[in-house]
Amino acid sequence: MTPLAIQKPRKPAMNFLKTRELGIVLALAALILYTTISNPRFLSGQSIRDNLLNTAILAVMATGQAVVVITRNIDLSVGSVLGFSAFTVATMMSDHQGLPMIVAIVVGLAVGAVAGLLNGVLVRYGKVPALVVTLGTLYMYRGIVYQWAGGSQVNADELPAHFLNFANDNFLGIPWLVLIALTVVGGATLVMRNYRVGRELYAMGSSPQAAELAGIRVARNLLGTFVLSGALAGLAGVLFAARFGTVDASAGTGYELNVVAAVVVGGVAVFGGSGTVWGAGLGALLLTVISSALAVLEINQFWQQAIVGALIILAICADRLVAVRIARSLRKRDAHV
Amino acid sequence: MAEATALLEVHDVSKSFGAVAAVQGVSFPLYGGEAHALVGENGAGKSTIVKMLAGVHRPDTGTLRVNGADVEFAGPADAKAAGIAVIYQEPTLFPDLSVAENIAMGNQPLTRLRQIDRKAMHATAERLFARLGVHLDPTRPARGLSIADQQLVEIAKALSSEARILIMDEPTAALSAVEVERLFAVVRSLRDEGAAILFISHRFEEITELCERVTIMRDGKHVATEMVADLSVDDMIRRMVGRDLSALFPKQEVEPGEVMLEVSSLSRAGVFRDISFDVRAGEIVALAGLVGAGRSEVVQAVFGVDPYDSGIVKIRGKRLKPGNPRAAMAAGMALVPEDRRQQGLVMDLSIERNVTLPRERKLARLGLLFGGAERRAAAKWTRQLQTKLGRLSDAVSTLSGGNQQKVVLAKWLSTAPQLLIVDEPTRGIDVGTKAEVHRLMSSLAADGLAVLMVSSELPEVLGMADRVIVLREGRVAAVLNRDEATEESVMYAAMGQEAAA
Repeated sequence: MTPLAIQKPRKPAMNFLKTRELGIVLALAALILYTTISNPRFLSGQSIRDNLLNTAILAVMATGQAVVVITRNIDLSVGSVLGFSAFTVATMMSDHQGLPMIVAIVVGLAVGAVAGLLNGVLVRYGKVPALVVTLGTLYMYRGIVYQWAGGSQVNADELPAHFLNFANDNFLGIPWLVLIALTVVGGATLVMRNYRVGRELYAMGSSPQAAELAGIRVARNLLGTFVLSGALAGLAGVLFAARFGTVDASAGTGYELNVVAAVVVGGVAVFGGSGTVWGAGLGALLLTVISSALAVLEINQFWQQAIVGALIILAICADRLVAVRIARSLRKRDAHV
Repeated sequence: MAEATALLEVHDVSKSFGAVAAVQGVSFPLYGGEAHALVGENGAGKSTIVKMLAGVHRPDTGTLRVNGADVEFAGPADAKAAGIAVIYQEPTLFPDLSVAENIAMGNQPLTRLRQIDRKAMHATAERLFARLGVHLDPTRPARGLSIADQQLVEIAKALSSEARILIMDEPTAALSAVEVERLFAVVRSLRDEGAAILFISHRFEEITELCERVTIMRDGKHVATEMVADLSVDDMIRRMVGRDLSALFPKQEVEPGEVMLEVSSLSRAGVFRDISFDVRAGEIVALAGLVGAGRSEVVQAVFGVDPYDSGIVKIRGKRLKPGNPRAAMAAGMALVPEDRRQQGLVMDLSIERNVTLPRERKLARLGLLFGGAERRAAAKWTRQLQTKLGRLSDAVSTLSGGNQQKVVLAKWLSTAPQLLIVDEPTRGIDVGTKAEVHRLMSSLAADGLAVLMVSSELPEVLGMADRVIVLREGRVAAVLNRDEATEESVMYAAMGQEAAA
């Protein structure tokens, strides 16, 4: 209540200028511009399509991960869940050629949801940090797939045509994969922004203690979060199988780190409580475009990893910098001792 | 003032944590239109009562009654639904969310599509702030608000949920006088509208100013519930502390020697200011005060664990470099920290390793540690302190709390310090071992060691200390010699009252 300065509400436009999302959009624009100047084919229809299709799977997983990270948790098992789901669905479709696509999607979602539920239960009721739980289930789920698949793989020629075509078919001129990704990102953004449960998830990540004291149903929300992340990883598994056709036990190995990178670069704070799902979606797009741009620019692929790493560090440093500055000004201001 | 039925009644409630009975058979009523103070020393069980009313803890026995009907709270949501709002000492806001969202959380106005109606939410917040007479932007994030503003947001939260019972756990601890006045104006108007207020504070002037009724607790038990007007501050303090100061703590008389530690004008922004005192050889000096008065912070700054902004620390006349515990140790200082599990011991290492940890360098030959010297040193000190242990090679975590504390002491005594700083030396130790630790400290002082002790336990302070330095809100409130220090005089100084009349 110190000087009764009336803080003027900032204009929405000003708010947007300050967001991380804008930074990503600008970075994307600069990257695309530079790459296109040196190789105009980068903006060809096929190239754009490839980029979007590649982004779709990552963006679906980043959506679930973003929600998990917003609650101050993490889900490292998503790569293994993708593998589990992809192999399950591919095996099912090769055994039952007539099953419609929707069944494949539902089965994928269900497999992922069960895996996610186990994560959530262990985190909430086992009182084990999510990092440890999901690191464990990362190996566990992968181990189960290896045990089940052995050395075998499902090849494209064993899969029904309508399943494989799904990855390339369009609906109203937009590829199904992109449509699904847009729906997932958009839907989750809306729920996180405008619905009570979404704001509760932000609250849980912002201050877990206060969330308990505020009477938020923390257990239910947390389980839901992990189920969502698992289910979306399961969905990503279906898309993966349809897009690549060949699925073995190692499908999706290492994906979890790409997903976490997309989320962090997309402006979701690793300490929870802030960031947006669509930011994470943009992060996924940026990472995908970087890797294809490097190929077009004929830069060694290994640089890609270094660049992604630098982006992550940049993103986290930006968060820390802001937090430290606020904390310092607060300490000085409140010093009436 | 008193109405027929209480809005809220605490009836014969008990709560234990493990073997510790935090609250035993406490009863008191809260009436609408009345502010009710709950007072007691640190650890008297006030916070446990608050947590039960908030639905965080459930009473082991006894009942809570709202409007005369028994209630059971399965969680904070139930307490909220029963019309109870709690304002904690540390505000519990969500720093990343906007002020309006913080107020509305769980209770947001919805549009027809069950989306959050942000416009209505902001309007509600504006209306609440107008009613409270404050100017805060509802759209700004809660992060960065001053404590006073956070407190106001908490009150706005309570208002928005139409709470009939407002519980405030030391809401004024971090506020300045002007801010307290402001808060009280708000609380009074709520009270006059018929709400019941439970107010916890260590400041008696606030209690007499705001409250009609007071409940006094001591050691988890109910002492009295009376009208504030019928009690003097003296009465309240006497009932709060009123226990026998038995001859538990035999401090030997020692003629103080040369000045070992000299602290002058030590300040750290926002933590403590202008702290000056000295400690002589053979003397035990106690830093007393309430939780949060800055006692531990002062000794940590003296030892160099924490930084300080200005001031001088001299040991035997030589100025000590700030922020350098290694230099402090070299100058003959030792610090036994408050939390021995976290800061004092490596729980998984053996007893002998723990004892010799600060001296490894001296015991090492050619940079390597051999068992012999280590074992001899450890054996000497653990024997001297009468530590009950199986083998020196056992892990420290296998010892009882009291014996762990002795190992910490042994560890620092083996460095042959000239100044020993102990922070809460007997916290969590049973009565028998306590006396032993006290005997030990006393005999160390008799041997010419200077001891600086931080303690929240008044009997310990009064029994052990040659001089008591009372801190309040980061400043020295009083320096009392052994013959001046009584429970009343220390409590008066700690709570900001004039010395006992």
